[in-house]
Amino acid sequence: MIRPGKMMSDQGIVTRRQRSQPVSNAQEFRIGESLIPHNLPANVTQAMMDALALYQNTPYPTDKDEAWRRTSLVGLEKANYSFDYDTRLITEVPTKFLQPVIDGEQAGQLVISPGQTVENLRPEYAEAGVIFCDLFDILKRSPDKVEGKLNHLVKPQDGKFAALTAAFAVHGTFLYVPTDVKIKEPLHALFWNAGDHAAACSHHVIWVERGAEVTFVQEFASEGEDIPQFHSGTLEVFVGTGATLNFVELQSWNRSTWNIIHEKVKVEQDANLSWIFGSLGSKVTKSFSSIDLAGAGASAKVSGFYFADDSQHLDMDTEQNHLAPNTTSDLLYKGAVTGNSRSVWQGNIYVAPGANGTDGYQANKNLILSRAARADSIPGLEILADDVKCTHGATVGKIDPDQIFYLRSRGLTERDARHLIVQGFFETIMERIPFQAVSDRFRDAIVTKIDTQND
Amino acid sequence: MATLKINNLFVSIEGKEILKGFNLEMKSGEVHAIMGPNGTGKSTLAYTIMGHPSYTVTSGSIELDGTNIMDMEADERSRAGLFLAFQYPVSIPGVTVANYLRTAVNAHRKAVDPQYKGISIPEFRKMMIERMDYLKMDHAFAGRYLNDGFSGGEKKRAEILQMAILKPRFAILDETDSGLDIDALRIVSEGVNALKGPDLGVLVITHYQRILNYITPDHVHVMMEGRIVESGDAHLALHLEEHGYDWVREKLEAAR
Repeated sequence: MIRPGKMMSDQGIVTRRQRSQPVSNAQEFRIGESLIPHNLPANVTQAMMDALALYQNTPYPTDKDEAWRRTSLVGLEKANYSFDYDTRLITEVPTKFLQPVIDGEQAGQLVISPGQTVENLRPEYAEAGVIFCDLFDILKRSPDKVEGKLNHLVKPQDGKFAALTAAFAVHGTFLYVPTDVKIKEPLHALFWNAGDHAAACSHHVIWVERGAEVTFVQEFASEGEDIPQFHSGTLEVFVGTGATLNFVELQSWNRSTWNIIHEKVKVEQDANLSWIFGSLGSKVTKSFSSIDLAGAGASAKVSGFYFADDSQHLDMDTEQNHLAPNTTSDLLYKGAVTGNSRSVWQGNIYVAPGANGTDGYQANKNLILSRAARADSIPGLEILADDVKCTHGATVGKIDPDQIFYLRSRGLTERDARHLIVQGFFETIMERIPFQAVSDRFRDAIVTKIDTQND
Repeated sequence: MATLKINNLFVSIEGKEILKGFNLEMKSGEVHAIMGPNGTGKSTLAYTIMGHPSYTVTSGSIELDGTNIMDMEADERSRAGLFLAFQYPVSIPGVTVANYLRTAVNAHRKAVDPQYKGISIPEFRKMMIERMDYLKMDHAFAGRYLNDGFSGGEKKRAEILQMAILKPRFAILDETDSGLDIDALRIVSEGVNALKGPDLGVLVITHYQRILNYITPDHVHVMMEGRIVESGDAHLALHLEEHGYDWVREKLEAAR
């Protein structure tokens, strides 16, 4: 049993220990129009210019903004970062990141690294009209395929960093699955960053047409724990009528990366989304993950896991927007914090007027493994329809010392006892991940992180 | 033959003295029962033998085969051959009985041989199924989360299963009979009897005599005010069942 430190049903759990947060944005990224490529269609370039202007006219978020109250950008020395992703020396991507994240054969793999993109897609799927390539590539080759899909679900107006990404991101996954095409094997995309003070913007478009089916893994990673890096990303995901998307997103940035993500999934009528969201890396992450259940009968199952150690700061916002009748969402986020780390989860279920028959669920469970670590859990409901079923819950707790004694009395060392209890805590989220290699990777990370904890 | 010797033990918790000069000596192959009214320190004794960090030993010692174990942590005591069947086993959600027990077996074997690589899954499964059959347990038990959603009887049987797999030299059963109906009590007692033998000493801590109808003690001790005040054979338990503890209390008063 995880002993609940605080239990709640209606209010969030927020510890009130404030850290001083001087706001200073005297510095600016070394960016300008010269970073926008000229070899893209004029309308794309123009949209990037517009986004840049919007970025420049938008103030930096501060702790006065609700979404940024718990995450500070102080310490991000913007002027030191280089936005030279395209011209940086090619760095080899370690082979462990090229292993299939899901067991068995893959339908394709896309690896985007500084200065180089490697694209692979099984010919039978290419012939069926599937596109799986770098966004930059398709923008140059067939910009018509991207028409109406870019800046469609996530808009530059959604935030300072959404504008930054819209201005400079030309690389990222472009996945298009045509109507009724069912891809049996998973697709794996890796967005890789490398280099000292390397800044990267990435923009990903996943478009699954009516009746299509696909399992897609998007991974973000880098190495070099002490090398400062920065990433600003946007993911736009569309699941057409009756389509199925199994989406796995894994964040394994190095421990000195500042990471800001805006992502939105639109789920159409009778479509199914399963979304596994894993967050293990980075120094600071702020993510905005939103789902629109836009058509009647749409459903989404979201399973999040995170484990912060040392001085990591992971701040995750989730939205489950029920915009049509008889839509279902089921969200479970589970995380642990140790060392001096902090996690924040703030979730909201929104039920629009007329979205009757909505069944919404959200839960967030946190395990605190050290004295200095902290986890905030803030669920929310906003219901504007009748005849809905919405439940939520949040817990923040520590390991029960009685559990430790029980296991030790059977011969387990304290270390083994803690490992077993923490693994058990995450097991209920692992059960929701049908991919052995994904859960194995996370289990390995759990073991490493528990061992680095300090009390 | 192993010995467990408790010498003039004084134990307090949160500044309150609970055990006040407790003495007991037992040998493997013997079954001892400790009986006594509530609040006389029976569970304190059980936890102290196992090394619970909340209990402070202010004086006295516990020896296992002549070795003082007072400086050993609970896990070391377990690996040295002590076992406590808890009155209230805690649940560990997400951890299956099988996964947990395999970890425990490996911990015990690594203590003997630091080079031990760990028991193979087939070998472990075979051992576990054998012991479960021995205790007439459903094999599905192995896949359930440890004590999570277990009935009272299932929890106690799971404790005995762990004892059967870890094979201690001395087992302390802390109020194992509490909360069990007569059928569950019989099943659990049969399990203990099946494990009894020349290599195992059993200390049954109980409030009621009825478990002793199933597990016959060689020695029965009455505990009061934190120490043993009366000892005898199995007849003493029956006498207590019939006459209660008042006569012991009166005898104690008279001796003051």
